[in-house]
Amino acid sequence: MSLDWTIYLSFLGSGLILCQPREQRDRIRWIALAFGAAGLALALGAWWSYNAAVPELEQAVKNAKDPIAAAFRIVCDVPWIPSVKANYFLAYDGINLPLVVLNGFICVTGILFSWNIEHRTKEFFAFFPLIGGVYGVFLAMDLFLLFVFYEIAIIPKYFIIAIWGSTRKEYGAMKLVLYSFVGSAAALVGIIALYVKAGGPAGAAGFNLLALKDAAFTPEFQTWCFPLVFVGFAVLAGMWPFHTWAPTGHVAAPTAASMLLAGVVMKLGAYGCLRAGIMLMPAGAKAWAGVIAVIAVINIIYGAMVALVQKDFKFVIGYSSVSHMGFVLLGLVTLNTIGLSGAMLQMFSHGIIAGLLFAVVGRMVYDRTHTRVLAELQGMRLYDIMPFAAVTFVLAGAASMGVPGFSGFVAELQVLVGTWRAFPWLAVACGFGILVTFAYTLQTILRAFYGERRTADEHHLREMPPISVPEKVAAVILISLTIIVGVYPNCLLNMINLSVNPLVSLLAK
Amino acid sequence: MKNLSYIELLLNLLPQVALVVTAFAALAVDFVVLRRSDPATRFRVLGWLTALGLVAAGVMLFVQFGQVQAHGTYVGPLRTLVLDPLTVFFQIVIVVVTIITVFISMAYPFTTHVSEYYAVLLFGALGMNFLVASEELIAIFVSLELLSVCLYILTAFHKGMLRSAEGGLKYFLFGAVSSAFMMFGLAWTYGLTGDTTLAGIGKAATELAMTGLHGNGAMLGVALLFTLVGFGFKIAVAPFHQWAPDAYEGSPTPATAFIATGSKIASFFILVKALFIGFDGAQGSASWGAFNSGWIAVAATLAAVTLVVGNTAAIVQRNVKRLLAYSAIAHAGYILTGLVAANALGAASVFFYIIVYAFTNLGAFGIVAALSARVGGDDFKDFAGIYKRAPRLTFLMLLFVLSLAGIPPLGGFFGKFYLFTAALSADPKNLGLLWLVTLGIAMSAVSLYYYLILLKTMYVTEPAELAANPAADRIVAPWFLNFALLVSLAVVLWTGLAPQQLLGWIELFLKSLPS
Repeated sequence: MSLDWTIYLSFLGSGLILCQPREQRDRIRWIALAFGAAGLALALGAWWSYNAAVPELEQAVKNAKDPIAAAFRIVCDVPWIPSVKANYFLAYDGINLPLVVLNGFICVTGILFSWNIEHRTKEFFAFFPLIGGVYGVFLAMDLFLLFVFYEIAIIPKYFIIAIWGSTRKEYGAMKLVLYSFVGSAAALVGIIALYVKAGGPAGAAGFNLLALKDAAFTPEFQTWCFPLVFVGFAVLAGMWPFHTWAPTGHVAAPTAASMLLAGVVMKLGAYGCLRAGIMLMPAGAKAWAGVIAVIAVINIIYGAMVALVQKDFKFVIGYSSVSHMGFVLLGLVTLNTIGLSGAMLQMFSHGIIAGLLFAVVGRMVYDRTHTRVLAELQGMRLYDIMPFAAVTFVLAGAASMGVPGFSGFVAELQVLVGTWRAFPWLAVACGFGILVTFAYTLQTILRAFYGERRTADEHHLREMPPISVPEKVAAVILISLTIIVGVYPNCLLNMINLSVNPLVSLLAK
Repeated sequence: MKNLSYIELLLNLLPQVALVVTAFAALAVDFVVLRRSDPATRFRVLGWLTALGLVAAGVMLFVQFGQVQAHGTYVGPLRTLVLDPLTVFFQIVIVVVTIITVFISMAYPFTTHVSEYYAVLLFGALGMNFLVASEELIAIFVSLELLSVCLYILTAFHKGMLRSAEGGLKYFLFGAVSSAFMMFGLAWTYGLTGDTTLAGIGKAATELAMTGLHGNGAMLGVALLFTLVGFGFKIAVAPFHQWAPDAYEGSPTPATAFIATGSKIASFFILVKALFIGFDGAQGSASWGAFNSGWIAVAATLAAVTLVVGNTAAIVQRNVKRLLAYSAIAHAGYILTGLVAANALGAASVFFYIIVYAFTNLGAFGIVAALSARVGGDDFKDFAGIYKRAPRLTFLMLLFVLSLAGIPPLGGFFGKFYLFTAALSADPKNLGLLWLVTLGIAMSAVSLYYYLILLKTMYVTEPAELAANPAADRIVAPWFLNFALLVSLAVVLWTGLAPQQLLGWIELFLKSLPS
């Protein structure tokens, strides 16, 4: 089975769960886990073989006429709608493969973290089309197909949040979906314009991303089309000032969904920015890089400062996601190798870390204490009651702050170096953002887990169920990942650099 | 002109004859055999009879389809009846739409005048059949009137319901005025060009348009404008849409389904033909900054107004049928967007979309009919939390509504995408219609909001009063309605997942069209 089965397995899993009787909770859980794990196994297999082939591919890329295409491994490429020249074209290179792996991990750990939820087990069936859509976006190398999967990934979010969410769920769900849909509408205008400009139904390129990048769009066209596509996708990446859906959406979503939202779905946006925006319209990217870089730095600093004053535990994490996605956007528009590969690594790293943070907040803490208000948590001193959650959060927080040894450090350092080369002053501003990140992360750790015990209701606190085995397994998986990538980033960086290098030379042209 | 062979004409009209025979058979059976039966039984029995006649007509059309493909187009006297693969294909679509409408009606017995209802439905289908098959002004007008009069009657068929009478009267008054407009426009067209066939008009109009806004060119403009206003009423584009919400809401739901789907298919089909063939020379342009008088400019303006009015007015609706009515108005705007491309791609996109649109709406209205028959209303409050009572129907509704919103992998997405692509491809160099495409896509983002509100009502909102006995309160559709819904769903999925099939057919058939 090749990598396209990650998509089919997700939809099959969804259908199979839909057919199960509601009462068969265990069976539903195991089906979900099996299908999620199968997707992850496929992704890891592809990663393993691709990683082993990196040296050969480097040679191939060096000698190839089209170095970007040379780094690709084609999964399948069949005509889908010949009348408009849309193909079912799935392929992966060093840029999207890490994201596919990330999606697999978030899917499996999301299921594990939701394991012990007694009611609404069936929500998984709505969860899976989202997973499948995300796999599809990352794998599609046909612009039309990419957009189709992108939209497929948007709609289930509404129902997951509006039906199974909490805290102003209908508002949060509607806001999230409308923001992403408006963003994708803007991107769609750009996509159709790109397609028509490249020849439309009669042209040779069709929607093939690898052919479209050679279509040589005029600089004037790129100047107005690039912001449409980039900003359209960046809405989903939480770009300021279109980020407000992210905190409310994350807070309203059930745990597995907020893990997925912050962990993977925000990356969809950034990935779209890179593939459809920067790769297809390098001149436009150069023209707008400065503006977007400033916005990205606002993301970093503003997100961090807002996180500093939040009273709700989950909102802190929500805004921290906005802040960290700023690094991704900033890395993308540095348009140099180290910045771009830093952005790609930051996507992976933040996906893991955000997943972990949301799991601690939503599942470990909220489902047991039924509060997310930091002031109340402060009075519980949760470290005594659930040391595992506290340690997990400290580790995840450290990774999020960018402590050396964790993946966040490698990724953000690269982005900063890249920024230093492209926009030195902005790098200085980022330093301030990182300081604020330290401040809010440490403050949150202290308030949530190491406060002064004030509650008289000791009995109630002792009655909380202990952290279960699936939760521990999932947390350990995610923590190990961030440490592995932090200590040995080359397991991803090798392949990322392989694909980013030719892209940067395309941009330098 | 060759000698007219009446036998040949009759043979080519056999499917339509079957429709008429079925209508009279239904009337006869009802009056002779079923006098004493209760309405529900009569709805079933006569429904099956009607469906049977429609299936027979469909089979004949299918045979005819093969013949036309093998032996070429049949052209009747004065081009009043032109049977090429495209028209026969659309006649088949119309018959299928009518069959589904009959199935929906059988699950919604609302009147005691059962046979009359089915007969009027069949006459309406007959009007549509003729409408798509004529290329001559008088035949077009007469079939349009046949269709319209049937639809007025169907709208007012819910006797004793004030809204039904109100909707019927409004529809009739607006429709009558619009017919007058159209008649006026057509008369001028004939007077200017001296021809009633579309092809002949096209030739003469091209020459006239050369004279610009002086002399006869200006008169051609008047003719075109009046004709378009007339059509604008029929397809319910703003600002000629006011009848639609009341007629949709007031009509018995199966009739609404028929008005929203079958009549839209036929009207848009003939509009494309009239504009692409008849007013080929008077195109004009709607490119940004280069507006030029002609039907493209008028259609583009109508499209823009319709998109905005339909989508924004839909937001405040709290009745499902009214919401779908405004959504239908908005969709007329999308379809017009494809129409202004004014080339083969544009025509293909319009034909593709009206089929997708028709089956999506049939499904949606079918479900509304099934649900409202049980809950006794079609306001949002009646549908609140209906998911618990009818999980399967609600899930189907979810799919149909998402297709209307243009969410992949459902047909509505590719349909809209194709319309927009066609509009933009009309002028690949300057992307002249980018303004309209941008507006269309922006408005489709707006539309997602009200569609989600509807879905939220059905899935998330708690019902006002909880059912005493959930098991007994289950809403289950009869099997024939389920079958009709599944057919509609199949079309929606098929056109979404594998649009190439239908697209390929349409492209192939379009080649036989004179251009």
